Amino acid sequence: MLVIKNGRMLDPATNTDAPREILIDGEKIVEVAQPGSVRAAPGAEIFDATGLIVAPGFIDLHAHLREPGQESSETIETGTRAAAQGGFTAVCCMPNTKPVNDNASVTRFILDRAKATGSVRVWPIGAASLESKGEAISEIAGMKEAGIVAVSDDGKPIATAKLAQQVMDYCRSLGLTVIEHAEDVSLAAGAVMREGVTSTRLGLRGMPAAAEAVCVARDVQLAELTGAHLHIAHLSAKASLEQVRWAKSRKLRVSCEVTPHHFTLIDEDVTYDSRFKMNPPLAAREDRKALIEGLADGTVDAIATDHAPHEPALKDVEFDRAPFGILGFETALALALEQLVHAGRISLMRMVELFTTGPARVLGVERKIWPGQAADLTIFSFDRPWTFHVGESASKSRNSPFDGRKFKGGAVGTIVAGRIVHRIQ
Amino acid sequence: MTHRFRDLLALEPLTADELRFLLDQSKPFQEIQKHPLKKLATLRGKTVALAFFENSTRTRISFGTAASRLGADTMNLQAEASSIKKGETLLDTAFNLNAMKPDCLVMRHAASGAADYVAQHLDTPVVNAGDGTHEHPSQGLLDALTIGDRLGTIENLNVTILGDILHSRVARSNIHLLGKFGCRFTLCGPSMWVPRELEKIAPGVPIRCVYKMEEALENAHVIIMLRVQTERLNDPPLSANDYILLYQLNAERLKRAHRDAIVLHPGPINRGIEITPDVADGPQSCVLEQVTNGVAVRMAILYLVISGASESGTHPALEAKAKESANASD
Repeated sequence: MLVIKNGRMLDPATNTDAPREILIDGEKIVEVAQPGSVRAAPGAEIFDATGLIVAPGFIDLHAHLREPGQESSETIETGTRAAAQGGFTAVCCMPNTKPVNDNASVTRFILDRAKATGSVRVWPIGAASLESKGEAISEIAGMKEAGIVAVSDDGKPIATAKLAQQVMDYCRSLGLTVIEHAEDVSLAAGAVMREGVTSTRLGLRGMPAAAEAVCVARDVQLAELTGAHLHIAHLSAKASLEQVRWAKSRKLRVSCEVTPHHFTLIDEDVTYDSRFKMNPPLAAREDRKALIEGLADGTVDAIATDHAPHEPALKDVEFDRAPFGILGFETALALALEQLVHAGRISLMRMVELFTTGPARVLGVERKIWPGQAADLTIFSFDRPWTFHVGESASKSRNSPFDGRKFKGGAVGTIVAGRIVHRIQ
Repeated sequence: MTHRFRDLLALEPLTADELRFLLDQSKPFQEIQKHPLKKLATLRGKTVALAFFENSTRTRISFGTAASRLGADTMNLQAEASSIKKGETLLDTAFNLNAMKPDCLVMRHAASGAADYVAQHLDTPVVNAGDGTHEHPSQGLLDALTIGDRLGTIENLNVTILGDILHSRVARSNIHLLGKFGCRFTLCGPSMWVPRELEKIAPGVPIRCVYKMEEALENAHVIIMLRVQTERLNDPPLSANDYILLYQLNAERLKRAHRDAIVLHPGPINRGIEITPDVADGPQSCVLEQVTNGVAVRMAILYLVISGASESGTHPALEAKAKESANASD
């Protein structure tokens, strides 16, 4: 038995923001009650959350754990340990592993490894097409039975409009969300950052915002055609956000996520340092402004990290040759607090929603602090000062542009299925 | 006023004073090019590593000549023969070259920022001999030197740059140098090569993009042609005939420029594409002076990054001259 005492419980599902005690027995929450009223068995473990916020377990809709196949950059063990440190209790891992997670065997392998070595829940996302090549539809029903929570060809878009239509149609019948990495690959070909004054000054090849928005427009049309639930991954451009806003105004089942780096940094921050290279690339000043508005007004459904570890041997090269992507787990909450809450742009409750009920709705699952629910909780500080040192990261990789950044607030305790997987004393 | 340069990676971060100093230091080396005996002992015992990860003929030979005229030895790395082909990373190659203890690494690379990246990891001075579509500092300097020689000043000129500006490291270095001396820029070429973003790459410098060549040449003091890289004609797919029709510099069009206008071209020239032979070889063309000045500028760069400015304040080329005349009187 575990009792969380003296904390301020914030639960968007029940719209609760009040002091509560939570009693956990085994893997479940058994009681949520007024302070001092929980009667735990003698000898029950106590988590004193004085001065801390107790929220439902954070879900990351978008991560790359690199196992199987690229274990020199990350494994399920190291990735989920980093996730736990960042306060995440569940991470959705993208299928672009080697081999690609396009069949039930790979899905089962990932889940077995997660069970054996993982610190937090691992929810695999299956490939939409075989090897994510955009030719034939993958073994989606088989993967669903094995445990995938959504499908995506992440790393690239579903190659053609025709295939995207078919995948959406099929996934609607299976009850799965289609997560789209929206990118017109011809507009993005060869580009290493966002097109603009900075790319022109640095002489780096840029892709326009339209590289993303053109594909979002395509997919929104197909979501209307098929009635599928379409979720736009790592949305970065104002123009794309407007497409999502339009879709929502038409009551289409369209949602989207935004990464912490896109609401924190912009293309003007890019130097020849490959830690600023990710896809979609850092966007323009006005895009960031629009994303923050979308996070505040409900157009954006979730904050997702796009945690994309790359070992130094791959990432420490000239900018043009470096792979896209940066670490995300350990800085996501702190960046959300810094950029959104401390900056006065959204409420703390809204931020928690973006990490919990928001992503849960995208996947069609429930997330609340309630008796009978899984005991997944994220306990965090609103203002504890700390510094992120990437050298001390649990991840196997070091590709973060936020190394050395000073933060106020972050995860203090992460509880998964009643077990404390991360705790700062 | 003496300035010290740890590296020479780009002209953008340099001040007008520093740029003026680099140009002033180049001038005595221009004189050396006219001597029957051109070799100095300034950098005797020093080694310059020439690491050209991207093919180059004239810049590599120019730096090599500059090193040799300063008395330095060179070691050469060429793309075809290099271990890049064998999968070695840029940094490993740089560390290996550096382990042979050169006093300076001159590098050209196809990736923008490559010299910057290497310089961050090496104590040895790095000279950027062209990085991707970013900068080509020595070309910017030699162009300014040539303009100053011909027009008597590099200040407050109307400079027109023609061609594929987007992919030109030469244009960026020209803008970042001449822009600090009050020059105004008109950039002209097919719209996909002359995006409006270029107008903002050097805050404070008046830059305008125009798409009619006749308008671009109006009252120009300096016309800088860029080579039309024929491989670029496929990206985007442009008609070579259209290019000639709209943007070829011919004698008729040149008349629109200022009466004393000069024409520069970093070479190699595609005769009959971006420029007609009569203009390329005409009295307003400075193409070969640019090449000669290139050696002088690169001597100054190598001298400054390897030994810093002379402590005595005497320029090595002048010192040599003094010695020569002393010997002559024997």
